Amino acid sequence: MYDFAYHRPKSLADAVATLKGKEEARPMSGGMTLIPTLKQRLAKPSDVVDLGGIAELAGIKVAGDVVTIGAMTKHYDVSVSPDVKKIIPALADLAGHIGDPAVRNRGTMGGSVANSDPAADYPAAVVALNATITTNTGKHPADGFFKGLFETALKDGELITAISFPKPEKAAYMKFPNPASRYAMVGVFVAKTKDGVRVAVTGAGSAVFRVKAMEDALSKNFTSAAIKDIKIPATDLNSDIHGSAEYRAHLVGVMARRAVDAANK
Amino acid sequence: MTAGTGIGARVPRREDKRFLTGTGRYVDDLPLARATYAYFLRSPHAHAKIKTIDTTAAKAMPGVVEIFTGKDTAESKMGGLICGWVVKDKNGEPHKAPAHPVMALDTVRYVGDTVAMVVANSIDEAKDAAEAIKVDYDVKPANVDLAHALDKGAPEVHPEAPGNLIYDWEIGVKADVEAAFAKAAHVTKLDIVNNRLIPNAMEPRAAAAEYDKGTGNYTLWSTSQNPHVLRLILSAFVLGIPEHKLRVVAPDVGGGFGSKIFCYNEETMVCWAASRVGRPIKWTAERSESFMTDAHGRDHVTHAELAMDKEGKFLALKVETIANMGAYLSTFSTAVPTYLYATLLAGQYTTPLIYANVKAAVTHTAPVDAYRGAGRPEATFVIESIVSKAAVEMKMDTADLRRKNFIPTEAFPYQTPVALQYDSGNYPPIIDEAIKISDYKGFEARRAEAKSRGKLRGIGFSSYIEACGLAPSNVVGSLGAGVGQWESAQIKFNPTGNVQVMTGAHSHGQGHETTFAQLIHDKLGVPMDQIEIVHGDTATTPFGMGTYGSRSLAVGGSAIMKATDKIIAKGKKVAAHLMEADVADVEFENGTFKVAGTDKSVPLGQVVFAAYVPHNYPLAEVEPGMDENAFYDPANFVYPSGTQICEVEIDPETGEVEVIAHTAVDDFGNIINPMIVEGQVHGGIVQGVGQALMEAAVYDKTTGQLTSGSYMDYTMPRADNFPSFKLGYKTTPCPHNPLGVKGCGEAGAIAAPAAVMNAVRDALAPLGIKHVEMPATSLNIWQTIQGAHRAAA
Amino acid sequence: MTGTHVGCDTSQCGACVVEIDGKSVKSCTILAVQVEGSKVTTIEGLAPSADKLHPMQEAFRDNHALQCGFCTPGMVMSAIDMVKRNNYQLDEATVRRELEGNLCRCTGYHNIVKAILAAAPAMKSAGV
Repeated sequence: MYDFAYHRPKSLADAVATLKGKEEARPMSGGMTLIPTLKQRLAKPSDVVDLGGIAELAGIKVAGDVVTIGAMTKHYDVSVSPDVKKIIPALADLAGHIGDPAVRNRGTMGGSVANSDPAADYPAAVVALNATITTNTGKHPADGFFKGLFETALKDGELITAISFPKPEKAAYMKFPNPASRYAMVGVFVAKTKDGVRVAVTGAGSAVFRVKAMEDALSKNFTSAAIKDIKIPATDLNSDIHGSAEYRAHLVGVMARRAVDAANK
Repeated sequence: MTAGTGIGARVPRREDKRFLTGTGRYVDDLPLARATYAYFLRSPHAHAKIKTIDTTAAKAMPGVVEIFTGKDTAESKMGGLICGWVVKDKNGEPHKAPAHPVMALDTVRYVGDTVAMVVANSIDEAKDAAEAIKVDYDVKPANVDLAHALDKGAPEVHPEAPGNLIYDWEIGVKADVEAAFAKAAHVTKLDIVNNRLIPNAMEPRAAAAEYDKGTGNYTLWSTSQNPHVLRLILSAFVLGIPEHKLRVVAPDVGGGFGSKIFCYNEETMVCWAASRVGRPIKWTAERSESFMTDAHGRDHVTHAELAMDKEGKFLALKVETIANMGAYLSTFSTAVPTYLYATLLAGQYTTPLIYANVKAAVTHTAPVDAYRGAGRPEATFVIESIVSKAAVEMKMDTADLRRKNFIPTEAFPYQTPVALQYDSGNYPPIIDEAIKISDYKGFEARRAEAKSRGKLRGIGFSSYIEACGLAPSNVVGSLGAGVGQWESAQIKFNPTGNVQVMTGAHSHGQGHETTFAQLIHDKLGVPMDQIEIVHGDTATTPFGMGTYGSRSLAVGGSAIMKATDKIIAKGKKVAAHLMEADVADVEFENGTFKVAGTDKSVPLGQVVFAAYVPHNYPLAEVEPGMDENAFYDPANFVYPSGTQICEVEIDPETGEVEVIAHTAVDDFGNIINPMIVEGQVHGGIVQGVGQALMEAAVYDKTTGQLTSGSYMDYTMPRADNFPSFKLGYKTTPCPHNPLGVKGCGEAGAIAAPAAVMNAVRDALAPLGIKHVEMPATSLNIWQTIQGAHRAAA
Repeated sequence: MTGTHVGCDTSQCGACVVEIDGKSVKSCTILAVQVEGSKVTTIEGLAPSADKLHPMQEAFRDNHALQCGFCTPGMVMSAIDMVKRNNYQLDEATVRRELEGNLCRCTGYHNIVKAILAAAPAMKSAGV
């Protein structure tokens, strides 16, 4: 990796101050994506601001029907949290299938959401559950947050502090992993929420997206049969040696139906 | 289970403690004072002319010690890397042998080809400097698609190989085979691809070298499966350092699977440059470099036809294969698709006439050479795929068709029509046992049950034969090998009675330190903790050929047995003197020399001591010391055989294939340590199933970029891809080596791909699907099913 | 110490797994400076004495769960965390699933799975 200055602020305010004015600085949460990128010399930040020492950013809180998860909360902690398992079991289940156990012990929700990797799992949960992303400067609704490949609504110097998930009536996530990387080749999060049914797809496109046709059909009839004839166009979907766009389009249908069935169980 | 620690016992491995406590010593672990670090600048293009290389700015970078390019190596008169096996084409001409420069001169021929070597005080400084080297490339069209590599107009890889053809080789009499086909009641045809694989030993290749200015001696530490052969190649052909001035050490090596047999650019350069920079140099491949530059495996395109009479008796087989050599001919590359492939095409069957034609092509891809099984998996895949297909076409049970054509047990030794003479075998009990273990008879009920869950279940057989234990020197020599294929051993007792056993074989996971010790313990009665097995260092071991081709026990173990015979023979003379008896009356048993018919005895340890402190010793008849060498050159290959049965379930909605059960029944001859043998079979099966379902080295057909260049894209088999395996054994001892052993290292990988793919094809047969290529990924299966639906519509 | 190995550059192979503050992590994906003040246990730190192995190391040897030994340090560290995480109760499917982040090219995993299943009760009775 290239040389960089390493900072480990103790508070969010320090982190924000450290990042300020440094155009080439990069915040780092779990580092599960950033460090391999650095090692392969694919990024050359001037500074790396490690958020790992900021205690206020980790932890899971429940207020009424809303679970709020600190940005630096590890995937493992989400997966075993009694609160998450009770209120949104689908989210705990999703967290328990990110990467592998060692990665889950380091990787964080905030890092995953801020990175907007097209194959990451959390973005599907954030969008389908209509979560709210809180940052040091304000709040973002889930819709519109994920703008594209590795691109979000976050501004320079803006750090995610927590993400709030309202309890859905029913929800489930189904992932079809890439056989090599085990990232989501297609992951579909289906949630029946008080604002209606939301279907979010990760892995298939340049960023997470919703499938309106499925949401409409499921709003009327929340069964897998209701969406069995809905075809997703392959146009604009990702294509690689493990999955053509057509195959991904097909898998969106399969995973969505399986997610609905699982949510109804 | 055999009790104790001798032959046949499940002795826990002696080498495990160091690996389990983090004290193994791999090349990269070596502490070398004042070490420098090498980084290789590699071609980003599959095919380009190098117009200029400018290292001026790079050389001025901090920490840079030296930068070398092809110009430097050319000026030093370094030889090119060699291919050590001359294959003669069908006109008797030796194969085309394009130059293989250690560093690219004016042309790069694959992505990863070696362009410059930076030596610096740290690896980061070396990388910084490499980024500052300016290379001006004139990018040319690349020849990447094997099926069209020999087409007229395909981009030429080497001027020395017009039309990209290395050889056009054949075995068998074509006219006789054609005549048999003309009379056949049925002909089964098969077009099949053997997918290209990347070996992926978990330890990446590494090299470190040191030059001693005072003595002029070089030491090269390398992740090699055969340090003596590496030294020989570097000395005699590439670097010209005399053999006695070059020591090659292969310490703990983290897996090889063939990929660490060969002599590579990087270790050559590290050794060469060590004397030029005057400091030790270390290099360790990053995984992405391993993907790009380790010799790949397999990569065949084949058309095969099997002629049968109306009862399903095989009359003749013809096979046409194009084999990919990659951009340069690696050390043993030419032999793999010829003598290790076509000579195995009889399989377990009496097929009386076989003709095979193999065309080897060069392409703008990484070199291709031996990978676990080397040629034999490709042969088994062709035979066992076409036999299963024939059974479907003939409406015969797949096991019955095999049995009908098995070489009868009483026919051994059996001369096949493709050069080999199988020494032993007994195939019917093997398939019977596999059928029993796998509950083949209950399969249709399981298929029906799976169907009720919406799953497609299939079962597949693969009955393999392999020729391994490479092998008689006169035979391999007559076929073009540049080396002999014997193995060596030295048994050196110390005065205090413990023993060091030096072997020319090399362990990189196989457990020789345990298995070979079991031989010594069993034969000489020396306790296990008094035995040290020494391997992997040209300074301390006798010249030996190393480990590959499932040869270590059959050839190296036999050499050890020969050396024990010499120890016993010498010991008898000394013991006779000590016991004042006639040598002819001295017997050796359980570590003790005895005079037959008396109670006189003397333990081996006392005899050894007498040999080193010869105060009371027959010096006129026997030399002091107890140190014996043996070389063993086998009379024939060894021929393990077996049957694997795989059962899969396919989710037709997603195309996912799940291996539900996998059975392997093998005949490895006598078994020294069943625990180690089982481990070899498990690992082999996983590599074979990996080839069938997951693994593929994929190059972009236009640009020649390696698309599957990391674990993000190359699917490695993981624990959750498999069930536990069911194993069984049947034993026919090898008749021509002293241990009666055959090889077990490659069998799993040889047999598994066909078993899995026959199961996949069986599962998909109800959809009218007749053929699926490897790897049977979910994408591949889904697309195949879509194609069948379209065809039916 | 050279027991912990680097086997890839994409955080996939798991040869580098160590325990940091009681949790298994891929050390290739951690900057040394990040663990300042943490307790790091590597393969070298497992055996209680020179002639006694940790029950997981013992189980790996008894079940021939290693061949070339290169992936072994990470495999053992992951396995220990797995046993503890699952409260010393494991079945084959769980072991296979939770080995997702550790690649082995030699053993075919069969004996690794066997070893971990054998080590779980042994660790419990040894109180480690």
